[in-house]
Amino acid sequence: MFNFLKRKEQVKEGLTKTRTSFLTKLTSLVAKNDVNEEFWSGLEETLIGADVGVETTMALVDKLRGRADKERVRQAAQVQEMLKEELLAILRIQNSDFGISNVTPQVILVVGVNGSGKTTSIGKLTKYLKAQDKKVTLAAGDTFRAAAIDQLKIWGQRVGVDVVAHQPGADPGAVAYDAWQAANARHADYLIVDTAGRLQTKINLMKELEKIGRVIKKCDATAPHETLLVLDAVTGQNGLQQAREFKKATPLTGLILTKLDGTAKGGIVFAIAKELQVPIQYIGTGEGIDDFAEFDAQDFVDGLFA
Amino acid sequence: MFDTLTDKLNAVFKKLSGKGKLSEADVDAALREVRLALLEADVNFKVVKDLLARVRVRAVGEEVMRSLSPAQTVIKIVNDELIATLGEPAKIDLSGEPPHVVMLIGLQGAGKTTAAAKLALQLRKHQQKPLLVAADTRRPAAIQQLQTLGKQIDIPVHSEPNTVPPPTICANAVKRASDGAYSVVLLDTAGRLHIDDDLMRELEEVKQKTHPQEVLLVVDAMTGQEAVRVADEFHKRVGLTGLILTKVDGDARGGAALSVRSVTGVPIKYLGTGEKTDALEPFFPDRLASRILGMGDVLTLIEKAQETINQEQAQKAAEKLLKAQFNFEDFLEQLQAIKKMGPLSQLLGMVPGLNQISKELPADVTDQQMKRIEAIINSMTRQERQFPEVLNGSRRKRIALGSGTSVQEVNQLMSQFKQMQRMMQQIKSGKTRGMFPGIPGLGI
Ligand SMILES: Nc1nc2c(ncn2[C@@H]2O[C@H](COP(=O)(O)OP(=O)(O)OP(=O)(O)O)[C@@H](O)[C@H]2O)c(=O)[nH]1
Ligand SMILES: Nc1nc2c(ncn2[C@@H]2O[C@H](COP(=O)(O)OP(=O)(O)OP(=O)(O)O)[C@@H](O)[C@H]2O)c(=O)[nH]1
Ligand SMILES: [Mg+2]
Ligand SMILES: [Mg+2]
Repeated sequence: MFNFLKRKEQVKEGLTKTRTSFLTKLTSLVAKNDVNEEFWSGLEETLIGADVGVETTMALVDKLRGRADKERVRQAAQVQEMLKEELLAILRIQNSDFGISNVTPQVILVVGVNGSGKTTSIGKLTKYLKAQDKKVTLAAGDTFRAAAIDQLKIWGQRVGVDVVAHQPGADPGAVAYDAWQAANARHADYLIVDTAGRLQTKINLMKELEKIGRVIKKCDATAPHETLLVLDAVTGQNGLQQAREFKKATPLTGLILTKLDGTAKGGIVFAIAKELQVPIQYIGTGEGIDDFAEFDAQDFVDGLFA
Repeated sequence: MFDTLTDKLNAVFKKLSGKGKLSEADVDAALREVRLALLEADVNFKVVKDLLARVRVRAVGEEVMRSLSPAQTVIKIVNDELIATLGEPAKIDLSGEPPHVVMLIGLQGAGKTTAAAKLALQLRKHQQKPLLVAADTRRPAAIQQLQTLGKQIDIPVHSEPNTVPPPTICANAVKRASDGAYSVVLLDTAGRLHIDDDLMRELEEVKQKTHPQEVLLVVDAMTGQEAVRVADEFHKRVGLTGLILTKVDGDARGGAALSVRSVTGVPIKYLGTGEKTDALEPFFPDRLASRILGMGDVLTLIEKAQETINQEQAQKAAEKLLKAQFNFEDFLEQLQAIKKMGPLSQLLGMVPGLNQISKELPADVTDQQMKRIEAIINSMTRQERQFPEVLNGSRRKRIALGSGTSVQEVNQLMSQFKQMQRMMQQIKSGKTRGMFPGIPGLGI
């Protein structure tokens, strides 16, 4: 796993902007001080409005009601603290240890539905890794979408790393293969593979993803060392289905939650974490190259209430 | 996974006497379930509240129709209300003097650029002469993306260096269209957040400079609760005339459409149903409503069934359809019933949980094929029809001879039949992908 310095300041900055409304609503509820039915239904709406989802919300509220009863909690502020604890507990996932190895290049496969922010996140992640003096090579594995290769190449130029690309329409597996050879020859620390956006319902495209994984394994049996699912924070309940299906096609080591600079809260990650145990690793907070940070659960949850 | 709405409502109403008028308590119990279903479909919670208030007024005291169960009565009212909220579909407005300017706006990655190309292609089919305009100067390779798409569909793209401000580019493009006799100008703007004041102002300026006839908000069908705020802001700042819902080819329930539609009041004009440039479809409120309710096109199916066969027959047919001992007699009966209702795959496609299967079925059974199938089945003995396992090689040969078909065709029918049997088994044991809510009106 990555173990870089956390950039809390930046995360907070990205989040505070976002959280204002969530905050004001809950604050006004909490300010009323006592735990009554209005408080509970307000809490429920707040969570649902943050895309946490009906099931997760109900489970949380039930649990909190139970705890409030048992622990004789009557103050809204205390319940809010409890909610934070519960939310944090959901996000506390033991990073699965598979794939940990010191081999280079470390292969990072980036996957997700159309338009979620894969290519942009790769650009930012590359800058992030480069700032740690890591050598990175990129593979233009989206050979399908119009100008996807050009887009990645521009990011490559911005950060100053090599981009291995074939012609549009080429086999993405072959691109990944060649890119690995190139990354290996150049002694790169990381090879990041961009992939075409695909909806999780498209069986053939999901198979293609499996194939890319298999081809990479031919280069290095321990690869890919990371497979990151890129999820748009504005996504609703379908996010869970996305995570489920992508995880089936290719074992996920983490999520990148993008577009957190908007007003969406990305609450579906709780359902994902709960059911699938996939940790969030990074967040995207803008279109700029530095609008990126390592995910910090405490900050994220604090951001919900700050 | 939670059960389907129909199941839940059936459970709610089981406790009640059943027929008669819907009481307040009945309705409230039912609407609690409906609320969950709508939230699960990403309809914004405030929109859900308003909608259910309207449903409640209509449902309380409602006479339960003889042909429907109380659950179905509620679903029907909810469904009608959803359809009313989703509103009538509308085409792009091309009235008046050309060139008509169409502006595509929305959040990052929603599908604007793709939609622009799709629209251009569609409009050309309707004898328009479209000009695509690359007004996204910000995202890396956004201009190349539109140029590539333009080349693919052979439609010209107006672009300028990315140092030129987008409002200027758009104004120039409109001028070029007037000079060059283009009839429609499609502006592909950069993705932006609704809270990004500078970029929202840029859109206002584009609008001011180009006087678009259509301002279409492009919305991803996977969008969650924030759809309301996003649409509201775009509408307030720029003034929308319509919506395009994209990525409908996935399995998102698409409740965002309802949110966006109810907050803006502007019509949904198209659905994006794929990445290719021809994947643009008209919008049908009834289909989208059923999808949001998580019921496929079940309601359409009821109606179709009601039109063609009477309720009792349908019930019997459906019950048999789901029976594992489903045999060739049932198969034949099915074929005949289905023949009246339309193509098999289309029919199955309307039932959630079955739509996946329907894709795997052979293309629609044509009338010709239907006749041959009937001939084959008619050449079977009664025992063979009821117990298809007895059909060995020599029997098959006899049947082929008797029906004027070939052994190969008989074998093919056997394997299709087995596939169907397996499918029924799967549905019965609930192993299909997604869910099978039962067909309301058919008493399953
Ligand atoms: N505001 C904001 N926009 C972002 C963020 N990440 C990506 N974007 C924008 O979202 C849009 C889609 O990003 P891409 O990186 O092209 O997404 P993708 O997943 O590679 O898309 P496909 O390859 O087409 O599936 C672009 O306009 C990006 O600039 C983010 O964190 N915040
Ligand atoms: N499956 C599917 N994919 C779509 C659809 N519409 C667009 N896409 C894909 O979604 C991704 C984003 O589409 P774009 O047209 O680039 O979106 P955009 O709104 O122009 O994005 P930005 O300009 O970056 O804000 C691409 O991968 C498209 O191929 C659709 O209806 N179905
Ligand atoms: Mg991409
Ligand atoms: Mg675009």
